[in-house]
Amino acid sequence: MPRTLFDKLWDAHEVARTDDGQSLIAIDRIFLHERTGTLALQALEKAGRTIRRPERAFCVMDHIVDTKPGRPGLTRMPGGAEFITATREAAREAGIRLFDVDDPRQGIVHVISPELGIALPGLTLVCPDSHTCTVGGLGALAWGIGTTQAEHALATGTLRVERPATMRVTFNGRPDPAITAKDLILAVIAQHSAMGGLGCAVEFAGEAIDALGVEGRMTLCNMAIEFGAWTGMVAPNEDVFEYVSGREFSPRGALWNQALAAWRELNTDEGARFDRELELDCSALAPQVSWGTSPEHSIGVDAQVPEPSGEAGRREAMRRALDYMGLAPGQKMDELDIGAAFIGSCTNARLSDLRAAAAILDGRRVAGGVKAICVPGSMAVRAEAEAEGLHRVFEKAGFEWHESGCSMCFYAGGDGFGGLRAVSSTNRNFENRQGPGARTHLASPATVAASAVAGRLTDPRKLS
Amino acid sequence: MRGIVAGVAAPLMQRNVDTDAIIPSREMKRVSREGLGEGLFANWRYTDLATREEAPDFVLNRKRYRNARILISGENFGCGSSREHAVWALADWGIGAVIAPSFGEIFQANCAQNGIVAVVLPEEQVDAIGAGAGRRELRLTVDLGACEVQGFGEKALPFSLKPRDREMILKGLDPIALTLSEHAAAIEAFEKSDRTARPWA
Repeated sequence: MPRTLFDKLWDAHEVARTDDGQSLIAIDRIFLHERTGTLALQALEKAGRTIRRPERAFCVMDHIVDTKPGRPGLTRMPGGAEFITATREAAREAGIRLFDVDDPRQGIVHVISPELGIALPGLTLVCPDSHTCTVGGLGALAWGIGTTQAEHALATGTLRVERPATMRVTFNGRPDPAITAKDLILAVIAQHSAMGGLGCAVEFAGEAIDALGVEGRMTLCNMAIEFGAWTGMVAPNEDVFEYVSGREFSPRGALWNQALAAWRELNTDEGARFDRELELDCSALAPQVSWGTSPEHSIGVDAQVPEPSGEAGRREAMRRALDYMGLAPGQKMDELDIGAAFIGSCTNARLSDLRAAAAILDGRRVAGGVKAICVPGSMAVRAEAEAEGLHRVFEKAGFEWHESGCSMCFYAGGDGFGGLRAVSSTNRNFENRQGPGARTHLASPATVAASAVAGRLTDPRKLS
Repeated sequence: MRGIVAGVAAPLMQRNVDTDAIIPSREMKRVSREGLGEGLFANWRYTDLATREEAPDFVLNRKRYRNARILISGENFGCGSSREHAVWALADWGIGAVIAPSFGEIFQANCAQNGIVAVVLPEEQVDAIGAGAGRRELRLTVDLGACEVQGFGEKALPFSLKPRDREMILKGLDPIALTLSEHAAAIEAFEKSDRTARPWA
């Protein structure tokens, strides 16, 4: 019987079926970070349990580490140092590999796991972090879990999971060259809602997806969680295999050849059935920005703030969002003045993202009064960008150029965009997410850069 | 009693209540599962985050709902960040069950791990319960054994929960111990054959 990509990944990892309709799924890699993973390690130790395969567990400091140039402190979060010191101790006790603040491999977990060859096509990977679905972009089966589930994965090498439904989202038509993976995923969420993918393992397919680079595939899958999906994935192609080859933890030699042969089977068979199918025509899409407080509140940057519409619950949510964002229906998106611009996060802080932003910033200046910050997704991305001279472009334009970490994707105390209207390459425009009263407009790195220069939300095509 | 949550229902009738709203990142102050109730809904509950001056209109600050045990909310409750702190904060404040038309999946799984009952009911029923709880003191019982919400209208409202989640809450099971006792041999066998099938993994 023809199988979907998801079916193949699932079948290869199903250890047992339990009598209550769940499956026991083998977990190939577990990643932890200082914010949610440490408690799992501590709880295991307290219960006298060991990690079944410590060589398959990894830990990184990313969520609250200081990203100011030179990292003057451990963290800017008041009281946050405990998370870092406790993580060091727990990782050492547990005997798992830790990428600490001063490690050149440090970075945001979902950026470094592919970069180091820890996430690979065909593997299962979990992390107590909702954006773990990012590495579905490599053709891995990866999903976010809670801390207690992380304990289970560490102790048993498995997780109990109910088999999700399958969904394929097909992107039809050839998009404008300025359209990025971020614009595609925001458009899907806007069209099908923040719970459009609820309960589903979503495969993204179609001409526009085939044409996406490896990093774009990760951006796309990163926001599968904002679509409500259990996870997202794209069938890996030769570019993906080339991307993972030679990485620190990637297979080599004979093992590489075996892996490659297996990975080339990782696609949906002709005629395989999905439980649900959605389509999106992307031929007429404009660069997307969010106007409200859910990623589903997104629209073309050339459009106007919408009038609340639809059923009562939707209208009410839209009214509340307009109120929080200080907007009125009919206002033009590209006339909204901004006070902050942020390029960073597991969504959009890889090298291609920084290049796209730098291409717009080159020879230009950030508008007066706009606080502009770039936080590369990993120290490796940062080093590569610096080797190309991108840091000078950002700095000359008036952007702060930081060390790596999750930084201002969320406000943990310390620095934030409190009270400001910010355009941000991140994934969540929730109320207060980037600081008390902060108003976040999600967008691609190019749109963030163009908006920073203009001082208001701006279509990047006007500046390229 | 395990699996019974009885008490006042508090209506927080909006959709997409995310886990950042349930507990903002900066309220996760210690490496601990304890004491998180103070940070519950902090951005909505306090007009001044530093002094903790309460917002009088926020539902959980109103006299009728101060001892609420059951929260009623809109679709996609608990979407967003995977932070289990959202569940720990609700539990610490006193919430034992949340009733909504749908939940963020990671949040829902986290509820089961911590004995909180995430009750899914059709949106019309949830809206009606929310409206009822807004008008007067509404005492409900969420009975996980019977899989019913009792106390609203004449008839009990049936709901379903994943069998494993239900059993875990009812019996207070330790899933790790369960997996290791029920499936140790299957895990060993899988790992052995997987070493041959996927030596690169």
